[in-house]
Amino acid sequence: MVIAAACPAAQAVGLRAGMKLAHAQAMVPGLAVLEATPQADADALERLAAWCLFLSPLTAADPPDGVWIDATGCTHLHGGEHALLCHLLDRVAQQGLTGRAAIADTPGAAHALARFGGDAITIAGAGATAEALAPLPVAALRIGAAAVEGLRRLGLDRIGSLAATPRGPLARRFGTGVLLRLDQAVGQVREPIQPVLPRDAVTVRRAFVEPLLTAEAFATVIPVLVEEACASLERRGEGARRLDLHYERADGTVQAVSIGTARPVRAVRHLARLLLERIETVDPGPGVEAMALVLPLVETLHYAQPPAALVADEAAEADLSRLMDRLVNRLGPGKVYRLLPVESDVPERSLRPVPVSAPGGTAVWVSPWPRPVRLLSRPEPVEALAMLPDHPPRAFTWRKVRHLVVRADGPERIHGEWWRRAGEWAALRDYWIVETGTGRRFWLFRQGDGCDPATGGLRWFLHGFF
Amino acid sequence: MDVMMTRAAAIAALRTRMAAAGRHGRTPLRAAVLPFGIDAIDRHLPGGGLLLGAVHELHAAGPDVETGAAPALFAAGALARRPGPVLWVTRGGGVFAHGLLQAGLDPSRIVFADAGQAVLLVMEEALRHAGVAGVVGELDGKLGLTASRRLQLAAEGSEVLGFLIRRSRRFDDPALAEPSAAMTRWRVGALPSPPAVRHAADVASLHRPLWRLDLLRCRGGETASWIVEGADAQGHLALATVLADGAAAPARRRAAG
Repeated sequence: MVIAAACPAAQAVGLRAGMKLAHAQAMVPGLAVLEATPQADADALERLAAWCLFLSPLTAADPPDGVWIDATGCTHLHGGEHALLCHLLDRVAQQGLTGRAAIADTPGAAHALARFGGDAITIAGAGATAEALAPLPVAALRIGAAAVEGLRRLGLDRIGSLAATPRGPLARRFGTGVLLRLDQAVGQVREPIQPVLPRDAVTVRRAFVEPLLTAEAFATVIPVLVEEACASLERRGEGARRLDLHYERADGTVQAVSIGTARPVRAVRHLARLLLERIETVDPGPGVEAMALVLPLVETLHYAQPPAALVADEAAEADLSRLMDRLVNRLGPGKVYRLLPVESDVPERSLRPVPVSAPGGTAVWVSPWPRPVRLLSRPEPVEALAMLPDHPPRAFTWRKVRHLVVRADGPERIHGEWWRRAGEWAALRDYWIVETGTGRRFWLFRQGDGCDPATGGLRWFLHGFF
Repeated sequence: MDVMMTRAAAIAALRTRMAAAGRHGRTPLRAAVLPFGIDAIDRHLPGGGLLLGAVHELHAAGPDVETGAAPALFAAGALARRPGPVLWVTRGGGVFAHGLLQAGLDPSRIVFADAGQAVLLVMEEALRHAGVAGVVGELDGKLGLTASRRLQLAAEGSEVLGFLIRRSRRFDDPALAEPSAAMTRWRVGALPSPPAVRHAADVASLHRPLWRLDLLRCRGGETASWIVEGADAQGHLALATVLADGAAAPARRRAAG
């Protein structure tokens, strides 16, 4: 039998985890020994993680002795990062537990700093993760004892020196595990945490007598799950903003499909359709033994009056949000967007994509000068003949085709934005709309004002089409 | 005279039946259209304008097939004259939103979808939705007959105005000439515009763009061509006036697909 954990008093007399029990009893006569109960510890840790939900909606147990709290966007509610950790440790102490806490950019770094950071409260500033981790021992990276020992033999006992070592030889010697943990800690690789579900989240689960394998079978189950979930949403007066459908496979793994909606919904057909469209992304493997529908994010949704003719616009808008849900779930969240104007005269910077669900419609689009309907993502250099300083080109050659300019309008002078980049201090562009002999209209610009070489090199570019 | 009347009535009845058959059995009570507001064009089109609940193909002329600028302005101008949200489906980069203002389409009405390979799929989904005013899809290369029929069927269930801008890397792409099930096929090409200031052509200024508008295919109608002034800030086209210096003469049009 070995010691699983030792209290501070025991550590003070030289006992530590991993020591033989007989050895310890020989060192300290009359030692109080309690049998380890790993399962009970794990359960208690889960309960502690759920208790931590008062700080943030995303918490997760980090066995054997930690809890992860995703504090993104929550710190200001508690008066800043430091105040949040003080508050947390106070509350933990009231429960009779001792604790150490750290905030960092990544779960891995927070894990390391909480255990090896020296102080009870450690805060690594945003973007300063690598510097904060550098002085810590490599054992802080959640790697096996064998790897720690191997690294020590190479003289790499600090994370900083490990990070500075070439990756190839490390990967050959220790496999990719060490590098993965390092990357997770500094944020090169994203590490998702498996959040504790709030206890009152709507959860509907169906276990099957025989494992299901076919899409048709899933398609039969999904409406049943959704209907039940919507019934309980209706009782609570809520609508779903996020749905997670867990396919629990026979080999013990779980395949999850996550669906988001633009506004709270509890329409069975709509939600079922969103989930049905994603069946093809599920790999049933040896078969699915159970399916669970979890609604981790819900919002209040009151009964709506059926749309009458007078409010047809609102009905249409609600209808559109369903279309948007389907498109977002099919194409991905970044692929469906609205555009908002940005106050910048530089064309490349004049638009900002926002999610469809973001409040919009108040944006004012003004365009004192005509803008092309197609913009090249990068201006393409053209060879042009023009008189200096302020004449349009007589002709230009783009992609080996020569265009004669018949008419032109301009110049429209756009200055560099020195408050964004110091290099743009003097830079400017003179834009011309030119029409060629065929009637096609192009948007050309010349770098520089034609007098002062500091403003640009007088090269011509094609930037768009009318 | 009497024979003439009966013949005209018989032709009208046949036209109605053909239109009903063309819409796959769903007889429209009175087909809703978006008129151009130009008598010469509206009179030519069956129904008196661009049919709603239908897909209209837009082609560019000559090298503009790659960029598709004029067709995009044509679609924007038409949608500017209809209220409601617009879905603009592209593969990768699409239009420059500020540029749509010149055709009167407010970009805050538009939802953009970067659909990758799934342009037609997304269009079909959106065309079914009665809450959308219009759907513009930009398609590179081939459009099969089946695919275009699916789009047309999806649009017939709603009153959505669908535009399909056909683009290609080659401006003589034979795929663009293949038939499709779209309601109409237009070619929008630029023509040389007249000087903005008469008798002073050297002054740096531009007239409203001039387009040659070709109706290449039209279900239940005949092909035709017009010379129009490009969409103004309200989305309206205007028939070009006869030009003294002949700058808009169609003879100078590039012969291209």
